[in-house]
Amino acid sequence: MTQQTGFNVLWLQSGGCGGCSLSLLNAESPTLLHTLEGAGINLLWHPMLSEETGSEMIALLTQIVAGEIRLDALCIEGAILRGPNKTGRFHILAGTGRSMLDWVRDLSVVAKYTLGIGTGASFGGITAGGGNPTDACGLQYAETERGGALGESYRSLSNMPVINVAGCPTHPNWITETLMQLALDDFTEEDLDEWQRPRGYADHLVHHGCPRNEYYEFKASAEEHSQLGCMMEHMGCLGTQAHADCNTRLWNGEGSCLRGGYACINCTAPGFQEPGHRFQETPKIAGIPIGLPSDMPKAWFVALASLSKAATPKRLRQNAVADHIVVPPQTKKKGT
Amino acid sequence: MSRTIVGPFNRVEGDLEVQLEIADGKVSEAWVVSPMYRGFEQILHGKDPRDALIYTPRICGICSVSQSIAAADALANAQGVERPMNGELSLNLIHACENLADHFTHFYLFFMPDFARAIYTKEPWFEAVEKRFKAVKGRAAADVMQARAEFMHLMGIMAGKWPHTLGIQPGGSARSIEATEKVRLLSIISGFRRFLEARLFGTELEAILEITNQQQLDNWRDAGDPGQSDFRRLLQLSQDLRLETLGQTTGRFMSYGVYPLDGERTFKSGVWYEGQLTELNPNKITEDISHSWMEGQADPTHPYHGVTLPNADMDSGYTWCKAPRLDGQVVEVGALARQLIDGQPLINDLVASSGSNVRNRVIARLLEIPRVLIEMEQWCRQLKPKEPFCVDSGVTRESEGFGLTEAARGSLGHWVRIKNGRILNYQIVAPTTWNFSPRDQAGVTGPLEQALVGAPVREGENEPVAVQHIVRSFDPCMVCTVH
Repeated sequence: MTQQTGFNVLWLQSGGCGGCSLSLLNAESPTLLHTLEGAGINLLWHPMLSEETGSEMIALLTQIVAGEIRLDALCIEGAILRGPNKTGRFHILAGTGRSMLDWVRDLSVVAKYTLGIGTGASFGGITAGGGNPTDACGLQYAETERGGALGESYRSLSNMPVINVAGCPTHPNWITETLMQLALDDFTEEDLDEWQRPRGYADHLVHHGCPRNEYYEFKASAEEHSQLGCMMEHMGCLGTQAHADCNTRLWNGEGSCLRGGYACINCTAPGFQEPGHRFQETPKIAGIPIGLPSDMPKAWFVALASLSKAATPKRLRQNAVADHIVVPPQTKKKGT
Repeated sequence: MSRTIVGPFNRVEGDLEVQLEIADGKVSEAWVVSPMYRGFEQILHGKDPRDALIYTPRICGICSVSQSIAAADALANAQGVERPMNGELSLNLIHACENLADHFTHFYLFFMPDFARAIYTKEPWFEAVEKRFKAVKGRAAADVMQARAEFMHLMGIMAGKWPHTLGIQPGGSARSIEATEKVRLLSIISGFRRFLEARLFGTELEAILEITNQQQLDNWRDAGDPGQSDFRRLLQLSQDLRLETLGQTTGRFMSYGVYPLDGERTFKSGVWYEGQLTELNPNKITEDISHSWMEGQADPTHPYHGVTLPNADMDSGYTWCKAPRLDGQVVEVGALARQLIDGQPLINDLVASSGSNVRNRVIARLLEIPRVLIEMEQWCRQLKPKEPFCVDSGVTRESEGFGLTEAARGSLGHWVRIKNGRILNYQIVAPTTWNFSPRDQAGVTGPLEQALVGAPVREGENEPVAVQHIVRSFDPCMVCTVH
């Protein structure tokens, strides 16, 4: 596959941790390189994989900006640092003396599609936490507000807004599948959700397929780490509100946050880094969690929760606060 | 004299620029520039201390677990929490998995592709090396990515995902392991062993650890085909290109030690200089900002009282990185330091004869893989599924604590002071902060700045290939460096 015939991807890292690139390397069966090759996707440059360095890489960027090499997908990983005082000097692209902010703006003009890889590039994310000392933002959002580094009205050459492959980090397949759909011309604005995230994964909830669902149904809750119960009531789990398919797609073979024994922190959402209370603890009013499942009427939730709590089998009540199964399910034997 | 500016560097984690003065075909002086600042220490100020467990792994996508371990250790230290045995074992397994995957990724994807660059076309080994290690196109890349991904299934089971787990808690691991999972973990580890033995080493892991001096290593190198063992290929390239002559530092080494178990660290901590091993005193660690784009701190300061306040207009600065010093001295950290201080015989022999250099750094990293994988097999067998993996840890209103650990690329420390149940000060000193330190008040250069001096520059080279080898031999992580 050549730069003339394939789907050309340029990947740059801005004010993030590089974790989405590392997560991308977790792609397997087939591996990342085989997946891309099979889909006709060329990596024009990727910071962890490519040979070109220094002046070779700057020459490539210059050619892309000049329109000499076609740019099908511009993938930006990490928040865009606008500070100090709108100069972008908190990240000067090495060897160029220019801010990443400026490079991203120039490249976005010639890109057929522009993708924010991870919650940082999408909305600002972790780097925009606390008092946001670097004035970090996403490509087209500063948290929930549209605008960001490229502006509200930005559209790439294909007339698409920024595609936000949000997640902290993203799942490798959220990236590869989005790129493959784009390469097939099989992805339109209809495929983006309210935060411009690919609906392929964002139309699901983390709650779907959670192995703790039975505990959830009976409100049999974990109280401390390593316990088996549902983590929504006490441990700050946002799986019933978080848009992602983590528990049906799974991570690193057979994992997910909940399977790993800790709460979902809704890392695909704008502003997840500042929940307004401490993570890993469910804020409550009069003993009732404030954040209830998406689109569920509160009165019903309270009614069902108290009913199911009253009906909780002993097995779930005991296992919920144990770190291994202490009461196994029983089979009703014939004649008893 | 005008400076040659080299950057951006890829196949390192994060963005890096190096400025060089070149005279007589050699680098005569170097400045290392970390061109990005994000402000984690400022972000953490005022937060609930336990929220550091969400923020700090996201300093870095490649040392994510090491950051979690340092944060959890700092909180445990502040609260006086002790982990149950299963908790220690689980955290060691998760941490070792990250560190080994990093070594593996570094060797195959970051370091070796430089030998497949066009500048080496005329070398007799070029064709074979290009076929195997060429960036993206080489045969090794796809194979090693599959092996790495399968090894990372350990993370799926024990840590939920990688990077950025929240399973690492001050009191242990949030994930208890069932008996069937324990055997699954063993099979994942043995699958990785098989790959290492078949391709990386071309022999049993135990046989590699039996090599105890340079003579034996040379004999082993010459006894087989470098086409069948990537380690042997490295040794042959090292000999051919004399990689032991590249990238010398002053050779003072530090390791915090790592993988605690039952009161002992599996790798010992210490400081090594000219053959003398001394105890590490973490109270002697300071950070100097005299050449950083930082302000608010007149003199070098211990991290408990460190200030991180960026100012892009500081004329004396040339990087966002601070200059950490141990008792006023520059130290090199990483796998070489860790194994040297732990007493690994081959590494001690190599350093005794040639000091700190590109070859020794890369060999040390590769030798650590069998050593740690064998430990992992033992740790996994010791897991007791019916016993606790985590104890509860609260938070006290006034306390302080620190966590010292080793990421793949070297010593990582977190220092936290807590007041009114909130973070008053949180300071992080990362491995590459040590290695890619700028000059200090006395004008003393950091390890990479030292290592680059004398690097040969061939006629017409824009990005001297020797500089590429030296920089990558440190396995730098730039996002950690400044954070």
